[in-house]
Amino acid sequence: MLKQTEGSKAVAEAIALCRPEVICAYPISPQTHIVEALGEMVKAGELTPCEFINVESEFAAMSVAIGSSAAGARSYTATASQGLLFMVEAVYNAAGLGLPIVMTVANRAIGAPINIWNDHSDSLSQRDSGWMQLFAETNQEAVDLHIQAFRLAEELSMPIMVCMDGFILTHAFERVDIPSQEQVDAYLPPFEPRQVLDPAEPISIGAMVGPEAFMEVKYLAHAKQMQALERIPQLADEFKQIFGRDSGGLIRTYHIEDAETVVIAMGSVLGTIKDVVDEMRAEGHKIGVLGIISFRPFPLELVRAALIKSRRFIVLEKSLAVGMGGIVATNVRMAVSGTGLKGFTAIAGLGGRAIPKSSLHKLFRQAEKEELEPVTFVDLDWDAVNKQLEREKQTRRSGPIAENILHDKGIVSAKFG
Amino acid sequence: MSFQPVKFYQTGTLTVGNRLLAQDERSVQANQMRSNSINSGHRACQGCGEALGARYAIDAAMAESNGQLIAANATGCLEVFSTPYPESSWQIPWIHSLFGNAPAVATGIAAAMKVKGRNDVRVVAQGGDGGTTDIGFGCLSGMFERNDDVLYICYDNEGYMNTGVQRSSATPPAARTATTMPVGPEPGNVFGQGKNVPEIAMAHNIPYVATATVADLRDLEYKVRKAMRMRGARYIQIFVPCPLGWGAASHDTIRLARLAKETGMFPVFEAEHGEVTSVLKIRNKVAIEEYLKPQKRFAHLFGKHAHPETVARLQAIADRNIRKYGLLAEGGN
Repeated sequence: MLKQTEGSKAVAEAIALCRPEVICAYPISPQTHIVEALGEMVKAGELTPCEFINVESEFAAMSVAIGSSAAGARSYTATASQGLLFMVEAVYNAAGLGLPIVMTVANRAIGAPINIWNDHSDSLSQRDSGWMQLFAETNQEAVDLHIQAFRLAEELSMPIMVCMDGFILTHAFERVDIPSQEQVDAYLPPFEPRQVLDPAEPISIGAMVGPEAFMEVKYLAHAKQMQALERIPQLADEFKQIFGRDSGGLIRTYHIEDAETVVIAMGSVLGTIKDVVDEMRAEGHKIGVLGIISFRPFPLELVRAALIKSRRFIVLEKSLAVGMGGIVATNVRMAVSGTGLKGFTAIAGLGGRAIPKSSLHKLFRQAEKEELEPVTFVDLDWDAVNKQLEREKQTRRSGPIAENILHDKGIVSAKFG
Repeated sequence: MSFQPVKFYQTGTLTVGNRLLAQDERSVQANQMRSNSINSGHRACQGCGEALGARYAIDAAMAESNGQLIAANATGCLEVFSTPYPESSWQIPWIHSLFGNAPAVATGIAAAMKVKGRNDVRVVAQGGDGGTTDIGFGCLSGMFERNDDVLYICYDNEGYMNTGVQRSSATPPAARTATTMPVGPEPGNVFGQGKNVPEIAMAHNIPYVATATVADLRDLEYKVRKAMRMRGARYIQIFVPCPLGWGAASHDTIRLARLAKETGMFPVFEAEHGEVTSVLKIRNKVAIEEYLKPQKRFAHLFGKHAHPETVARLQAIADRNIRKYGLLAEGGN
């Protein structure tokens, strides 16, 4: 059913259609509206049988989900930013135990300085945790990816994060097609666990494993993600048969057939990028787009195949590997190693910094001419940065960096753009 | 024919022999049909109080739940010595997730059982004092506050024994641990408040809080069975001497547990909805030295460089417990 609705509400409705049995809720912006909506549905009795648990921390949220999933219940939670970091030990544990928990990550920056706005630093910090990570470009895709995520997670008995840009998607009202219960039931069978805590068949889960078997266990987590590379496109095809639309998959391309320059990105910024590419194409630029939906597992071969006919690529990412450059870019470079393709990294939108079309026009044109540095910081205020660096040279007690920069910029209260 | 006295008590103890009791009064462990939830062959040290406490507690919980029991375990000695695959001692469904999340994992299991309509399946969580009073404390308080249907059992051996005997918030003052060495003017652990988790549990007004020791195993079984007949969040802290960590003889585990109770150092009581309902009275009050001396962790308080004033401070703690909980029997000594 078509609806004009908030992204978080739409995701909550999608989760409800997946018949979750245990939902753990801990508030953190910008995911809060999702669990609030689910809490209301459970309280109203619209979602039975389902337990909605107000836990005391994100660490507890993931831990409760570990317990409920191990006891055979379809389990869900949502988090973001500091919340994801606070639960990290349990995040790795859920993957290590092979528990098919689905979690929404409403992507948000990580402090300090504390910042509630969108970038991808939070979930990308968990790229090696064993969780799969699917990135939604639109709210429709966020809805659809959650339904596919439960199916994939439970098939492989591995957990999945569905990542959607905080505020940009979670708080955006747009048209979303909410599937029917019949459609979701036809796509998503009841949860049949591979291991379950059952008094009738007692097993020990999570016991100590020494060097004699640890590597095999870890390799199997990798093997499952390799299986997911096969299954994700198949599940997207099956999804299309039942729901009638293209959603999910590993990557999505836009005008790359004859593109000499390919822009690579994840999440909602792909919309802006495609608009810029349309405008540049109208002017005759041979430029295309490669959107990565599945960051884990990372589709190395598909990325390589998508780029191989181009001359250069630029990875625009909302994350920073401090001391190194890009995170997504490093993965892409791995995919094209040996091809001799020229690659650029552009770090943009950290902490919610707007990524306007004008900046992208300039960036992409520079990339076409190969005039970029290997790593570019889009719209970075070099004056402010240099002023602070100079201050640190001159004064030992130079004070809090963030406050200095806001002073230098003459900003009295937070401002976007 | 000479007179043969009947011995009602086991030698050196105040425990009535099992044979003299009616069938339904006998201990769970005396029953051949006991579940042996934590089976033989585990790797606990000789004289381990925790292994003993866990065996009695979990078998009692199994008896009361008709074998429908799931356990969540915190990281620690109990987890390590009982499980390395493929030699798990656990004969019940058992999960270990992390050091600090056993109460939350148990909450999840209980929630799953509720949605599955399995109200007959009961959940226990268990951990040592480090996993309970320190790193797992947030999750424990959350589980209490929500009144989740979980019995949490803390096996209190007063320190981080699995990692090599470091101080926890349950370590008594003056005790030597690897992080509170017996050096300097005030050797051993500091005289702070520590953390009295049974009392903190009571402050959550949960249905049931109890303490027990491995010296009074019938009392321990009784408390576990009583807790299992209730719903909601329940907490039992069992005092389990650690021969390795305390520097005590393996054969003194029961004796030390009894002395902890008889000195007043470890008050044994039960409470319902935040109010103490009964205490286990001291039968023969003994001076604190008798409890401290068999333990090397207190050795620096005696001998050539004795610290009688520190011993006196420990005695004051025991005396305060006795006053506070009314531990002396009427007309007791």
